[in-house]
Amino acid sequence: MSEEMLINLVYVASAVMFIFGLKLLGSPDTARRGNFISAVGMLCAVIVTLIDQNIVEYQYIVGGIVAGGLIGALVARMVAMTSMPEMVALFNGFGGLASLLVGWAALAVAMLNASDAAPVPVFMLVTVFLSILIGGLTFTGSLLAYGKLSERISGKPFVYTGQRVVNSLILLAVIVCAGLFVVDPSNQNWLYLAVGLALLLGVSFVLPIGGADMPVVISLLNSFSGIAAASAGFAISNILLIVAGSLVGASGIILTNIMCKAMNRSLSNVLFSGFGAVTKSDGPVIEQGEVKPLTPEDAYYILEAAASVVIIPGYGMAVAQAQHIVKELQEMLEDNGCEVVYAIHPVAGRMPGHMNVLLAEADVPYDQLLEMDQINPRLETFDVAVVIGANDVVNPAAREVESSPIYGMPVINADKARTVFVLKRSMASGFAGIDNPLFFKENTRMIFGDAKETLNNLVKAFD
Amino acid sequence: MELIFLTFVFVLAIFLGFELINKVPSTLHTPLMSGSNAISGITLVGALVSAGAAHQELATWLGTAAVAFATINVVGGYMVTDRMLAMFKKKDQGEG
Repeated sequence: MSEEMLINLVYVASAVMFIFGLKLLGSPDTARRGNFISAVGMLCAVIVTLIDQNIVEYQYIVGGIVAGGLIGALVARMVAMTSMPEMVALFNGFGGLASLLVGWAALAVAMLNASDAAPVPVFMLVTVFLSILIGGLTFTGSLLAYGKLSERISGKPFVYTGQRVVNSLILLAVIVCAGLFVVDPSNQNWLYLAVGLALLLGVSFVLPIGGADMPVVISLLNSFSGIAAASAGFAISNILLIVAGSLVGASGIILTNIMCKAMNRSLSNVLFSGFGAVTKSDGPVIEQGEVKPLTPEDAYYILEAAASVVIIPGYGMAVAQAQHIVKELQEMLEDNGCEVVYAIHPVAGRMPGHMNVLLAEADVPYDQLLEMDQINPRLETFDVAVVIGANDVVNPAAREVESSPIYGMPVINADKARTVFVLKRSMASGFAGIDNPLFFKENTRMIFGDAKETLNNLVKAFD
Repeated sequence: MELIFLTFVFVLAIFLGFELINKVPSTLHTPLMSGSNAISGITLVGALVSAGAAHQELATWLGTAAVAFATINVVGGYMVTDRMLAMFKKKDQGEG
């Protein structure tokens, strides 16, 4: 059996393991095994690649793998669950950068071997350009998303007039550079310019996107990192890269679509409108009634008498790192004979499934977490709904106020519960400054203060 | 012909991806993202050849950097996904 044949056979096995791994990821019972199988597939692919006869020097490979492996392992162990969104963003970015570099390196080799009689094929030049473009914008876009998510830079959307025009012009310029380079590959300046412009495009495309839209952007960048790997696969004619890359690309597209649907917005609306910056009302917030504050002590009496409670967490729970104390409250309530469930909105938090991971960390069983469509029909049967650090995802204006910017977005109907507790820092308007009529409803009680502290007081009252 | 063949594989894999991922419940979306992110580190395979082929200095350096970044992606992605998935428990499995 030839060496090439062996390599390709193992690649097929690796592809099968990736597919099987993703399939097992479909259920929490088998997901961990699925991830392991996928990792084994990756290990096989890497090991068999090393027998490739083109590889003659191993010192650089070993250096790269040791450095990357140490950093990756360290980050994976240290990162807090609340910081998962920015870590995924960062890893996405590295994947994109790796694809850019692979495309570029493949081109450098091809250029070296090319002559006037046998120039570099146009097909290869085009696919290299695609991997540079997509890899580059994934890299800088993810870095910016990382900065926004970790609050190293402001999470507010940055919008200026003519932004769409500028972004379109940058994209056009990359394509022009690509065209000029394909026509005359000896002029490397077009290549360098294209790399620079692709990096710039990533920044300018994430700039107008605000914090609450991050689930969409991370999903999209996730998809891009897969597509970048697939285009690098085209450039070096490697089928495994194409298969694995397109699996990831498809996965990211599906998540992006789910996130957009959960916000009732189109992808282009998320990418270009700079939500929040344009919808911010200039006038004072219109009072829609009286806010009824409640002390944690009084809240305790209501919770103590409740037979069923639904907890609705949002990004505020992640910020306050309140997931463990939420779980304590849940136990107290359950010991008291109360039924407790959690209602999770698809875009609660900063990435798909963010709340689920935080609650899993606090040992909340996943079968106690209900999706929006499961909980909404039965919300009026709950005695108390406790909203912890969520705002837009429980805003009844999405159903009732046609002029509201979020009108039509599917929300968790917290206001249908007999009593609603809203744990909130202050009455300052939340992201995007959209009024939330929930706070003024007859059955709503506001518990002001830090979510963690409030929950602590509630748990203490039960003791 | 090679172009057609590779495109064929690409299109089929995308459809397969859609079928597979559509079945993943929303509770697993974060591990799905970090796990698929690790898979996208497959670029490592391409990077290995660039880094070790000793064709030319530029390609070696670009390849070595790609190996390092892709390895971060692969190792970090799989490890953190495993860490997350270990935390998911059913009610009757009790405390862990």
